[in-house]
This record gives sequence, structure tokens and C-alpha cells, in this order.
Amino acid sequence: MFVLAGFDTHFLDLAWAGVLLWLVLGFSALLAQRSKNVLLRLIFPLGGGVALCMAAIGLAGLTAPPATLVLPIGLPDLPFHLRLDALSAFFLLLLGSASFGVTVYATGYFRSMKSAPLALLGLWYHLFLAGMAMVMLADDAYAFMVAWEVMALSSYFLVTTDHDVPEIRRAGFLYLLIAHVGAVSLLLAFGVMQGGNGDFTFATMRQAEMTPYWASVTFLLALFGFGAKAGLVPLHVWLPEAHPAAPSPVSALMSGIMLKTAIYGLLRVTFDLLDVQLGWWGTLALALGLITALYGVIFAAVQSDMKRLLAWSSIENIGILLAAFGLTLIFYTDGKGALAALTLTAMLYHAINHAFFKSLLFVGAGSVLHATGERRMGKLGGLIRFMPWTAWLTLIGVLAIAGLPPLNGFISEWLLLQAFLLTPGLTQPYLNMVIPVAAAAVALAAALAAYVMVKFFGVIFLGQPRAPALVHAHEASWPERLGMLWLAAGCLLLGLFPVQTIAAIAPVVRLLTGQALVNAGNWLLIAPLAAERAGYAPLLFLAVVLTVLLLSFIWVRRVYHGRVRRADPWDCGYPEQDARMQDSAEGFGQPIRHIFAAFMRVERETPDPFDRHPHYRGDSRDKLWLLLYQPIARLTGWLSDQAARLQHGRIQWYLMYSFATLVFLLIFVSH
Amino acid sequence: MSLSYPLQFVNLLAALLLLISFAMLSQRRVVGLITLFAWQGAALAASTAIIAWSTGQHHLYYSAALTLILKVIAMPWFFYRIVRQLDVNREVESMLNIPTTMLIGIVLVIFSFNLALPISQMAGTVMRSTLGIAMACVLLAFLMMITRRKAITQVIGFLAMENGLFFAATSATYGMPLVVELGVALDVLVGVFVLGIFFFQIRESFESLDLKHMEKLREK
Repeated sequence: MFVLAGFDTHFLDLAWAGVLLWLVLGFSALLAQRSKNVLLRLIFPLGGGVALCMAAIGLAGLTAPPATLVLPIGLPDLPFHLRLDALSAFFLLLLGSASFGVTVYATGYFRSMKSAPLALLGLWYHLFLAGMAMVMLADDAYAFMVAWEVMALSSYFLVTTDHDVPEIRRAGFLYLLIAHVGAVSLLLAFGVMQGGNGDFTFATMRQAEMTPYWASVTFLLALFGFGAKAGLVPLHVWLPEAHPAAPSPVSALMSGIMLKTAIYGLLRVTFDLLDVQLGWWGTLALALGLITALYGVIFAAVQSDMKRLLAWSSIENIGILLAAFGLTLIFYTDGKGALAALTLTAMLYHAINHAFFKSLLFVGAGSVLHATGERRMGKLGGLIRFMPWTAWLTLIGVLAIAGLPPLNGFISEWLLLQAFLLTPGLTQPYLNMVIPVAAAAVALAAALAAYVMVKFFGVIFLGQPRAPALVHAHEASWPERLGMLWLAAGCLLLGLFPVQTIAAIAPVVRLLTGQALVNAGNWLLIAPLAAERAGYAPLLFLAVVLTVLLLSFIWVRRVYHGRVRRADPWDCGYPEQDARMQDSAEGFGQPIRHIFAAFMRVERETPDPFDRHPHYRGDSRDKLWLLLYQPIARLTGWLSDQAARLQHGRIQWYLMYSFATLVFLLIFVSH
Repeated sequence: MSLSYPLQFVNLLAALLLLISFAMLSQRRVVGLITLFAWQGAALAASTAIIAWSTGQHHLYYSAALTLILKVIAMPWFFYRIVRQLDVNREVESMLNIPTTMLIGIVLVIFSFNLALPISQMAGTVMRSTLGIAMACVLLAFLMMITRRKAITQVIGFLAMENGLFFAATSATYGMPLVVELGVALDVLVGVFVLGIFFFQIRESFESLDLKHMEKLREK
């Protein structure tokens, strides 16, 4: 049935079979809409199993030679081409491993749904996974765009699962709109790349030789198109709306994995399909990435809705990824292959890290949402006592995203900063001067991200419950805990075994930049480029941290005084303390709001001093929405109004239009 | 230069067609319009029959018969009935005054003759010189549709346009294949019946056949 080309199509066949299985599972979910048990105990777990297989295929495909496959589906004379090389395999691994945890979690999370909407959700969920996998496997522009649209549409329906809420419909519309603007841009980019010869396979695009001018046009179109999917500022506006609207496992998939498909596409187009790369592309991507990272983290700091906070934090991480991408391009075009390899390693590492910890945080937030029915952080607090599993597992994700050793977030950010510190080797003097500022911006974003995470964890899980109903919050169910455990384990293992992870990524890096990162350390110690510069041994670090902790615990508990003393906490002279005296989400973000007031429009309602039921509301709005999107919306509205003038309702005028067209065409023909 | 008698006769009929088109543009009453439409059909049928006889294209006899039955007998009769039933034989208001319309019509005739010149040189038929007239008939019928307000005049304009197209087809290529002509004739017949039903519906909803009432149907 399949037309096989090349050799070693083994893994690619399996990957394609996995995509088919996901499709079959999705449609069988519709058939099983009567029985929730079948859906939750059979279809979703099977989908998770497929995800795990995908991860295994990705892992195996990293070292396998590239394989291609032509599928007899698609339009006549336009079959689907698939290809599995190291880059696809890496992202397939990311997709499979993260979505496995999320799917396991989902079998517990969706238990409260009615069976009919759940069946529909099952359809879109598996279509979404299949679409993302196909994006990574596609080897021609046609298959890529079809998969891209399947991914966009299925995620739209997932976002609008609760479509009876008007705000969710609005969020879904915004998402769909920006997704399509981006898709049009991608279509144009592919159109430029195929150069009018009508062959849309990536194989021909790789062969094509482009002038720097057209290559730049392609790159800019691709950056716009993929940027719209990734949430690049100023195309980020859909993210903080769509992520809170979607059910939590879906948010986890969208933020953890779907945003990475854009990164994948950008790498594929820039390094694989285009035959020339220009240095200024890297500078542009670096600048945009840094703006995105800072913008994202500043807005994350002032959010009071926990899922919105995570969405903004995703924007920040995408910014960091893009900055790393830009720096890779700068090094690569400057002929610094080793440094490009280092930066790209950092970027890919961060991509998979973000897939794990952001998915973990989103599902953790989902459990909190399930237990309390509350997304506003101002109504949460003290949940660590009622939901210890969720709290401790989320803590791992929080520490990871904050970039603390020995977890995974630290390594990728550390590698990236190492790369920034090596920029003085560049041949362009002005870049040499500017890039330290960029390094400072990355460091600032990382520090602010830690601040955001302190707020996230502190306000939700620590302190006193801010609402009386919170004491009845129930712990997450077992499947939810297992899903979170998987993701947390991923964060921990990626953090503890960087040398092995980097070795696994090496084929991808070699494929794109021509050489892999040189580790000057050993299996325990990671030391990029040179051992005397900097090194990090996470296992040793963990051992030291644990030993110190243990020793101090023993010293305090046994040697120092050896007794437990229970007393009232120091109350600062206030005899009465209640939950409302705690620092709130708004209060914690207040300094940031003050410092960066220029970026946002703050709306505040302060209560009257004599009000018996005082009410405070503060909202920080994105200024870009006002400055960029509203004028565009107004302009579009105005243009549509002008176009609507054509519609008079008078049949004579309509006839006149045809008449004028006819006469015009006749004149045109006769000349 | 002398032309054969049949061809001279066809040219005469073509001139008559154009004249009737102008007459329709200036006709103010619906019944008069229907009569003119019937005459136009008759001229068309006669010219088709003469072409069939002089060139030996037998399928054109069928076309001529079809035109005679449909456009000279059936449709005018149908329209007379509608006019009587709906009682709409009042003066037809037009959007432009009639002299202006006529002037525009003359411009259109000059334009179509200009246009037809290079095309008719390529055509290999004996009566290619009438192509300009055929096009002028189409455009004049279109103009009539634009300038009139009543729904029924629109339909007559539409049918007159079809007459012009038919004439263009016979003069440029001895007519379309019979299957196509049969199809078109059937389409026109069905179209007229559907429009007839619409007339009654429009009349029922708006108490008038004046199309300006339909302006309410736009979005805002």
C-alpha cells in the first residue's frame, strides 16, 4: 500500500501508524459517546499509550538516518510526503513524552464531564495530537499546511469546550483569527519557497537556490506566521485569553507542546529549507524574543488569575526560545559553529523543559480549579494542607520554571547565558556591544520569572485559605496524581542528567548547525566548550544539597535543642490575624506594576471609606491591545462599512455593477 | 457590391431587431413592452428561418420553431395574463428620463459596432456583419433592466437580452448546438415561471411590484 522510498522506514512507519491510531481513537470516541467508562478507561488511556510509543519512536529516530515515505492520500498528483529526521524525532519525543503525562492526567480530570461533550472532546483531543504529530512529520508544504490547520481547528474546538460562556467564545474567535492570519503568512512563505515551479515538496525546496532578498522575504513571512502561533509580541494577544478558557489538560497541551510546533517550523524553514541565512535575521529574532520575554514576564507578574498568569509565563518562555534562536542564527552566520551548537542545544533543551514544567503547572492549576472551582488567586490560599500531592508536585514545576538547580529549567537557562557570555568572539563590533545588554535582559526575565513563580505558589498553596469553602478542597484523583508525577519526574530527570540529554539532542544540533556541542566534562559534569570556564554537576549538587539539609535537620532537631516547641507566631503587635491580612496576588505584583506602569493600562476601582461592603478591583490591561489591535479592528470595521455601501438593496444598482463589469471586460477583450 | 436576397432580408430583420430594442427602451407601458417583445421574437424567428433556408443548416429550423412558440406565443401570452391579473399596466416609471436613455443607447450601439468589427472579420459566416447589432441588442436590453423599476420589466429585459445572445450566436457561428439551445430554451421557460410566481409573492408582501420596496431588505 505504501510507496516506500529510501531505507530504514521502520520508525517512520510506526510514527505514521501512531498518527492513524490517534485518528481512529478520536473517531471511536464519538461512537462511544454513551459510555463514559469506555471513554475514560479505554480511549484516553489508549491515546496515552500511543503518546508513549511516539516518545519512544522519537527517541529512536534521533539517531536513525532520515527516512521518507509517500502516502497515497491527499489530492490527485499531490500525495502526502512524510519524513523523519533528527529534528522531527526530537519534537516527536517532546510531543509524546509530555502528552503522555497530560493524557494520563486527563483520564482523571475529565471524570466530572457529561459523556456526550466528553466524546466530542475526545475527538478533538486526539485529532489535535495527530495534527501536531503530522506537522512534525510532514515533508511537503501541502501536508504541512493541512496538518497545521487540523491542529489549529481542533485546538479551537478544544478551547471552546465550554462554548456556552460568551467570553470563551470570544477567546476562541480571537485565537482562530490570529491562527488564520498566521496560516496565511505561512502559505505565502511556502509559496515564495517553491518559486513557481509547482513542486511543494520540502525536498525540492532544500535544493532551490534563493537570492538573499527572497530568502529574507520567506524568513519574515515564516517568522510572522510561526510567531502568531507561538505568541510572539505583538501577536501574543490570543494566548492569555485562550489558555484560561480551555480545560486545563488542553491548556497544558497547547502551551507545552503546540507552541513548540511553531519553534519546530521556524527551525525547519530557517535552517533546513532555506539555503542561505543572514545575520540580521538573528538580530531581529533576538530583539523580538527579548521583547516578548520581558513583556510576558512583566504581565505574568501582575496577573491575579492563575491560568492567565501561566499563559503570560508561556509567552515569556517563547521569548527566551526565540532569543536563543536569534543568537544561534547570529553565531551560525558568523561562522562560529561551536557557539551556534551551544545556543541551539540550550534552545532545544529549553523547549523540552518548558513542555514538561509548563504542562505540569497547567495541570496542577487544573487540579486546584477542580477542587475549589476558583481561578482567581485572591480566593485561594493554604491549599498545601488540603491538597499535599498537588502542592508538592506543583512545587517541583515551580522550582523548575524558576530556574533553580538541580531541576531542568536551570540547565537550559544556564547554557543560554553561557552562550551569551561567549559573544565577544563575534566579528561584528556593534553586536559585541549590544549583546551583553541582551544577556542582562535574559537574566532579568529569568529573575522575574522566579518572582512570578513565588507569587504563583505562595498565594495559591501557602498561607491561610482566603475563602472558608477552601477547607473542603479535595485532593486530586489518582490518575491526575500519576500524570503530574510523570511530568515532575521528567523535570527532575532532565535536570539531573544533562550530559545524557545533551548527547541525545546532539544529532539534531549536528543536523542544523553542522556540529554538536562539545562537552569538556565527563558523564557527571557538564562543561560546555571548555572545562575551565564553567561546569555544573547536578547529581553532585543534589547530593550536597541533600547532605546539608539532612545535617542541618539533624543538628537542629537533635543536637541544638532537640525539642519541638509550639507557640503562637510573632504577631507584629497585632493581636488578631486573619486570612485577609495576607499578601494578595495583586499586592505581590504591585511593585512590578509600578515600575512597568508604562506598558500597561491599569484600571482600578477603589472602595469608598464609608462603604459597608468594600470592593476593590484592579486590572492591568495590555496596552498593545489598545494601541495596535483596536485601531486595526476599527480600520477593518470602517473598510467593511465602506464595502457595505455597495449593498444598496436596489436591484438597478446591482445590475449596474454587472453592466459596468461587462462593458469593462468587453473593452479589455477588444484591445 | 450586391448581396443575395436572403442576406439582404436578414440584414433588414437585424435592423428591425435593433429598432425594436430602442422602441422597448422608450416604451412606457407594460402591455406595449410585451407586444414589442413578441415582435422582437418574431423578427428573430424569421431571421433564423431564413438563415436556415439559405445556408442549409437544418437544425436552425428547430431553433426558429422553438423561438416562435416560446417567445412569440407562450411568453407574451403568459405576461399578458399576469399583467391582467396583477393589474400593473400603468405607466412604467424609469430611473432616467427617456431621451437620456436613448442617448446612452446610441453610445452603446456605437461601442458594440466598434467592438464587433475585429470579431466579425474573423467569423466565417455569411451574415457576420450583424454581430454588432446582436451585441447592441444585448447591451440595450441590459440598459432597459437597469433603468426600469417594475419587476415585470426586468424580466422582459432579461428575455430580450437572451434574444440578443441568440441572435449573436446565429450570426457568428450559425447557432449553438441544438442540445444547448434546447437547454437554454427550457431554462428560460422555467425561469419565467419561477419569476411569475415571485411576482405574486412580491405583490403579496409589498402590495406593489415596484422594486424600490425591496431596498428594505439590505442589512442596514
